[in-house]
Amino acid sequence: MTTRTDALPTQEMTINMGPQHPSTHGVLRVILTTDGEVVTRAVPDVGYLHRGLEKIGERVTYAQYMPFTDRLDYLAAMNCNCAWAWAVEKLAKIEVPERAEYLRVIVCELNRISSHLIAFGSYTADMGAFTPFLYGIREREHVNDLFEMICGNRLTYNYARVGGVSGDAPPGFLEKTKEFLDYFEPKIDEYNNLISYNKIFVHRLANVAVIPAEEAVAYGLTGPNLRGSGVPFDLRKDEPYSVYPKFDFKVCVGTGERGTLGDCFDRYMVRINEMRESIKIVRQAVAQIPDGPVLAKVPRLFKPPVGEVYFRSECPRGETGIYLISDGSVNPFRLKIRTGSFVAMNIFEKVTKGLMIADIVAVIGSFDIILPEIDR
Amino acid sequence: MEAQAIFDMLKGKFGDAVVELQGEGFSPAFVVVAPAEVNAVARFLRDDAALSFDSLMCLSGVDYKEKFAVAYHLHSMKHRHAIGLKTMLPRENPSLPTVDDVWPAANFHEREAFDLFGIAFVGSKDLRRILLPEDWEGHPLRKDYKYPDFYHGIKV
Repeated sequence: MTTRTDALPTQEMTINMGPQHPSTHGVLRVILTTDGEVVTRAVPDVGYLHRGLEKIGERVTYAQYMPFTDRLDYLAAMNCNCAWAWAVEKLAKIEVPERAEYLRVIVCELNRISSHLIAFGSYTADMGAFTPFLYGIREREHVNDLFEMICGNRLTYNYARVGGVSGDAPPGFLEKTKEFLDYFEPKIDEYNNLISYNKIFVHRLANVAVIPAEEAVAYGLTGPNLRGSGVPFDLRKDEPYSVYPKFDFKVCVGTGERGTLGDCFDRYMVRINEMRESIKIVRQAVAQIPDGPVLAKVPRLFKPPVGEVYFRSECPRGETGIYLISDGSVNPFRLKIRTGSFVAMNIFEKVTKGLMIADIVAVIGSFDIILPEIDR
Repeated sequence: MEAQAIFDMLKGKFGDAVVELQGEGFSPAFVVVAPAEVNAVARFLRDDAALSFDSLMCLSGVDYKEKFAVAYHLHSMKHRHAIGLKTMLPRENPSLPTVDDVWPAANFHEREAFDLFGIAFVGSKDLRRILLPEDWEGHPLRKDYKYPDFYHGIKV
């Protein structure tokens, strides 16, 4: 006769999490090997959204590629638009009017706020609190309204142009932006009161998936995921581009305030704090914006000199690096886009070893990944 | 540290394995090295105190038509300088040593170069297709890639 423990099998099980799963933030498949509730191995399987954006880039002109960058990271399309414009301008040595750079910074930082709002909202929803998600969506609508005002679109903006932006801010845009900032700034405290320091929420995040600073650097993490490990590195400060050097803001880093430095809570908190810094940047940009043209005279078909450029800019999900090779023709010879989410998936298997299945959800949310950016 | 100084330093250490410096028109500049020495050069770039390139920003496969290449973009958090490392490969059976034991960040990028260019990274801890299905034929980012008409009997 068998005892009760003999009757309970304890072999490892392989479980598919995704590609259709609400907490994977898109079509991500994670192959879990579990021993009961404990994950012994979690292997991410990406590529479901691969559209060959790099191959397409070799067949269209530099200007024609702009709308494709919207589809890189659709929650921060402005940042991707501008990253492309900056990279091409660096390659082709194009001067951009100052007003255009100010407008780019304003829309990039507004987009960073709206992207972090989705990160915050969907993360809290993953952790079982649905109300903050609706709060985040509510505030994001205001940013979408502003973007609709300036470029006509609410999700895929196609606003930047090589040499500037597609159009000047319409009358009332800057005032409306200020109104939004005044309305939005106190909301961050409301979020913190509502959920950030909620005991259950903190317990789900603190001390989970700790990434030490050296490991974060070795794995190439960037953006809030790197800063969450306490590394004060921000391309807007450390490799300044555009007009960022003119603004006063601070680089937010994780402090281990509720657990260990580099845990999920730190990565979450960096995003919350970065929204405040973005507000500061937009306020200064709106106050200082000069008059003048917003688009340099760039021919629709232009041939950059032969050469290779790697340009990286700080997007909400980390460094978006664009490696462009020009052979002197109107199309890029080779285009490679390195994105923050793609690199974050690389460390996923390492940090999830030994966690509970529910913690996997916490880790995915803390990296704030977006799948079109991974799969390109 | 300037690109020329880094190039001179590597030339002194590795001799003929360091081929040339691509400076004019390149940002950042590239040090071109022989494929067989990539791992050793990478380790030196990371471990030397004056260089300490602790971060691999990007790793890309390139098809230059007559040759393949792998381009590494490196950055140092300590010294805040950057350099490119490049290695040229023949079109037939392109392969070179992996650098994922130097920078763990390399793994996904190497898988991508393997997937889209068919470049083999010898010694890699996990070299599989990453973006395309496992049964995909060919490597789409090669310049001589022929677009397929069908995938599993489905017209594309």
